[in-house]
Amino acid sequence: MNQVIRHRLFWPALILVLLLAVNVVFTDGFLSVEMKNGHLYGSLIDIIRFGAPLILVAIGMTLVIATGGIDLSVGSVVAISGALACLQISGLEDQNAVGGVLAAIGMALALSLVLGIWNGFLVAGIGIQPIIATLILMVAGRGVAQLITDGQIITINSTPYKLIGGGYWLTVPFGILIVLAVLAVTAFLTRRLALGVLIESVGGNAEASRLAGIRSRGLIILVYAFCGLCAGIAGLMISSNVSSADGNAAGLWIELDAILAVVIGGTSLVGGRFSLGGTVLGALIIQTLTTTIYSIGVPPETTLLFKAVVIILVCLLQSPTFREKVFRRRERGRPAAPSGTDTKVRIPA
Amino acid sequence: MAAPDPILRMTGISKQFPGVKALDGVDFRLLPGEVHALMGENGAGKSTLIKVLTGVHDIDAGRIELAGAPVSFAGPLEAQRAGISTVYQEVNLCPNLSVAENIFIGREPRRLGRIRWGEMRARAAALLERLELDLDVNAPLSSYSAAVQQMVAIARAVDISASVLILDEPTSSLDAGEVAQLFRVMRRLKGEGIAILFVSHFLDQIYDIADRMTILRNGRLVGEYLVSELSQVELVGKMIGQELADLERLDDKPKDLSPDAKAVVETRELGRTGAVEPFTLTIHEGEVLGLAGLLGSGRTEIARLLFGADHAGTGEVVVDGTPVSMRTPRAATNHKIAFCPENRRTEGLIADLTVRENIILALQAARGWARPVPRRRQDELVEKYISALRITPPNPEQLVRNLSGGNQQKVLLARWLIVEPRLLILDEPTRGIDVGAKAEIQRLVASLSDGGMAVLFISAELEEVLRLSHRVGVLRDRHLVAQLPNDDALTTDVLMQTIASGART
Repeated sequence: MNQVIRHRLFWPALILVLLLAVNVVFTDGFLSVEMKNGHLYGSLIDIIRFGAPLILVAIGMTLVIATGGIDLSVGSVVAISGALACLQISGLEDQNAVGGVLAAIGMALALSLVLGIWNGFLVAGIGIQPIIATLILMVAGRGVAQLITDGQIITINSTPYKLIGGGYWLTVPFGILIVLAVLAVTAFLTRRLALGVLIESVGGNAEASRLAGIRSRGLIILVYAFCGLCAGIAGLMISSNVSSADGNAAGLWIELDAILAVVIGGTSLVGGRFSLGGTVLGALIIQTLTTTIYSIGVPPETTLLFKAVVIILVCLLQSPTFREKVFRRRERGRPAAPSGTDTKVRIPA
Repeated sequence: MAAPDPILRMTGISKQFPGVKALDGVDFRLLPGEVHALMGENGAGKSTLIKVLTGVHDIDAGRIELAGAPVSFAGPLEAQRAGISTVYQEVNLCPNLSVAENIFIGREPRRLGRIRWGEMRARAAALLERLELDLDVNAPLSSYSAAVQQMVAIARAVDISASVLILDEPTSSLDAGEVAQLFRVMRRLKGEGIAILFVSHFLDQIYDIADRMTILRNGRLVGEYLVSELSQVELVGKMIGQELADLERLDDKPKDLSPDAKAVVETRELGRTGAVEPFTLTIHEGEVLGLAGLLGSGRTEIARLLFGADHAGTGEVVVDGTPVSMRTPRAATNHKIAFCPENRRTEGLIADLTVRENIILALQAARGWARPVPRRRQDELVEKYISALRITPPNPEQLVRNLSGGNQQKVLLARWLIVEPRLLILDEPTRGIDVGAKAEIQRLVASLSDGGMAVLFISAELEEVLRLSHRVGVLRDRHLVAQLPNDDALTTDVLMQTIASGART
C-alpha cells in the first residue's frame, strides 16, 4: 500500500478517479460504454476524444519542459496548421480526393515542424530565454494564421479530412488512435532509445551535460521541433472536428492547459525528470474537469472561477511539499491529543 | 613602531554550519591605516569570517568590537551604517546608470523629494578626485572597464562609511595595469587612516600591498604576521599545512615510466586571456602529470582548455602528433580525453538521475540518442564499476543526489572510465571526501597509469601530487612556471619554494 502511495503517478491518478466519481454521482450511466452503429459511445470515450488535442500538445510540451524550457507558441501552431490544411483542401476541385487531402496534411505538418525548429533555433542557437523566444511565435503566429485564412473562417466539406477529428476506425474514434500512436512513438524514442535520458540530463544540469559531451543544442532544437509537430497534429484534429479553420479561436489558451497538464503530471517546470504517463493523466484531469463543470451544472458565468479553484486544489494535492506540511501538522497534533484529555480528567478530580 | 589601538577586534569567533565547523575560536584585529590580508586556502574560513563580521551570519561564540564597543550586526546594511563596507569580487552596481548615480543610489541628495542632480554630480566629482580618479561622472558606468567599475564601487563604499573597508578578491578579474591602479587607490585610502581588509589569492599582490596578514586553515587561526617578516615559502606552508600525515601511505614515488612512452597529448603555447598564460606541455602514455599551485593559479583553467570546455585564445592542442580542433567537450571526448571537473555537483553529476544513468551518460552521449547502450550492457558496466570502485550503496537505481561526496566522485570517475579514455583529467578528485575514499581514488589513479592511461592530476595537496605524479607542473599567478621530474630531489618543500618564488622558465 505504501509503495502504491509513493508511486509518482498515485496522486494524479487519485485526482482523476475522484473527478470521475463526482461525475458518476451527477450523471446517470456515466461509466457505460456502448456500441452504436459500430461505433463506441459513452461519456468516458468523449472525454478522451475531446481531450485528444490537449494530450497531443501536452506530450510535446512535456519534452520541452524536461529540457528546462517552455513553449508558449503551441496554440498559434495549432491555428496555423489547421488554417493551412483547410485552405489547401478548400482549393481542391474535389475536397474528397484522398491524395489532395494527404498533401494538405503533409504541408500543414511540415510547416508546424519548421515553426518548431524556429523556436528551437531561437532558444538553443541564439540563446534567447525559452519563454521570450516562444512568446514571439505565440503572438505573431495568430497573425500568420489570420493571414493564411485571409481573416475569414474557412469552411470545408471533406469526408477524408473529417476522419481525423470526427471519424471512427475499427469502432474507435480516430483521434484516440492518433494519440495512442504519438504516445507510443514518443515513449519509444525517449524510453527505448536514449532520447529520454539525454533530455533529462540536459534539463537536470546543462553545464554538466555539456561537459559529459552531450550536444545539447541539437537535442533542444529536436525537442522544440517535435513539440511543434505535436501541436500541428492537434491543429488538424481540431479543425477537422468542426470542418473549419478559425485563425483566431483555434487552440486559444491551449498552451496554458498543456503546461498545466505537464505540471499536474509531476514534471517539474525546472526541467529534468519527466513523465509521459503523468502528462496524459494531467490532460485527462483537465478534460474531465471541463466535462464535470457541464454535467453538474455550474452556472456559465462562474465556470472559469470554479475551474481555477479546482485546479488550485489539484496542484496543492499533487505537491509533495504541501502534502508533507499537512501530514506533519497532523502527526504533531496526534501526540498532543492524549495530554489534552488528561487535563480534562484532572479538572473534575 | 607603537601600534595604534585596533579599530576592529574579533575574539574567539566560532561558527558552526550543519556538519562542519567553519570557524573555531578565531581572533582577528584590524588597525587603522593598514592593509591587512586575510589568507587561507579554499574552505579555510575567510568568507565565513567576513560574513560574520558584516552580519550575514550570526556567530555561535566570540565577540566583535568596533572602535572599542561591542557590536553585533543584523545584516550588511547595518554594518555599513556602523562604518564597515564591503566590495565583492563581482561589482554590485548598475552598469546602465551613470557613475554619479551609482555612487549615490539610494541616498541621493534631495530637496523636497526632488533629487538635486547638480549637487550629486559635484559631490561625486569631488569624491573621485580625492581618490585620484579622472572619470566623467555623467557617463554610464558600463563605458568604463571592470577595474574602474571596481573603483567606483570602492568610492561609493568609502563615501558611505569610512573606517573599515573589506575588499573580497577585488583583483581576480583585473589585469596587471588595472591592479596597479587599484593599489594606488588603496594606498591613498590607507593614508587617510582607513583600515582595509584585503582578500586575494595572488601572493605577489599580497606582498605588494599588504602590511600585515592573518592566516586561517580549516577554520582555525594559524597566526598573525607582519608581511615583511614572513617569507612566501613560510606563507604557503602555513596555508597548506601538513594534515596528510595520517593518510594511508602508498608507495612514496610512482613506478618508473618507460623512456620510450609515446606522447598522447601535447599543447603548444595554448592559452586564454584572463584564464591562463600560454603554456606548452606534453603528457605521455602511462604518465601521471601532476599540477601544483595555489587556488586561482590556473590549474583548473589548463584542464578546461585541454578538454575544450573553454575556447583557447592562442596555441594548439596536438593529439598523437596531429594538431586538432578542441572547441567543445565533445571534440575532446572524440579524442578519448576525459575530464572530471572540480565542482562535482554543478559541473559533473546530474543529481536527479540515477547512478546507472550518470555512469553511462558520457558513453551514451558519444553514441547519440538513436543508438542506446543496450540495457543489459548498461547493467553489466554499471555493476562492474560499482564493485570495482566500491560505490556504496551498491544500488544502480539510487539517485546520485543521495550519495556521499566520495561516492559521487566515484560515480563521476566510473562515467569516464567506461569510455576507456587515453587521457584522464582529474581536477581535485579527492577534495572534500573522507580519508578512506581518498586513498582508494589515489590507488585507482596509480593502477590506471600502470595500465597505460595518461593522467593529468590536479590537487591542492602537494603530498598527494608528489605521491602519484611522474612529473609535476607548477603554476603561479596563471603561469606554468616549471615542470619538474619527480625524482628524489623533489619534495613538498621544493614544490612550495617553486610556488612561492616562481622560478619562471
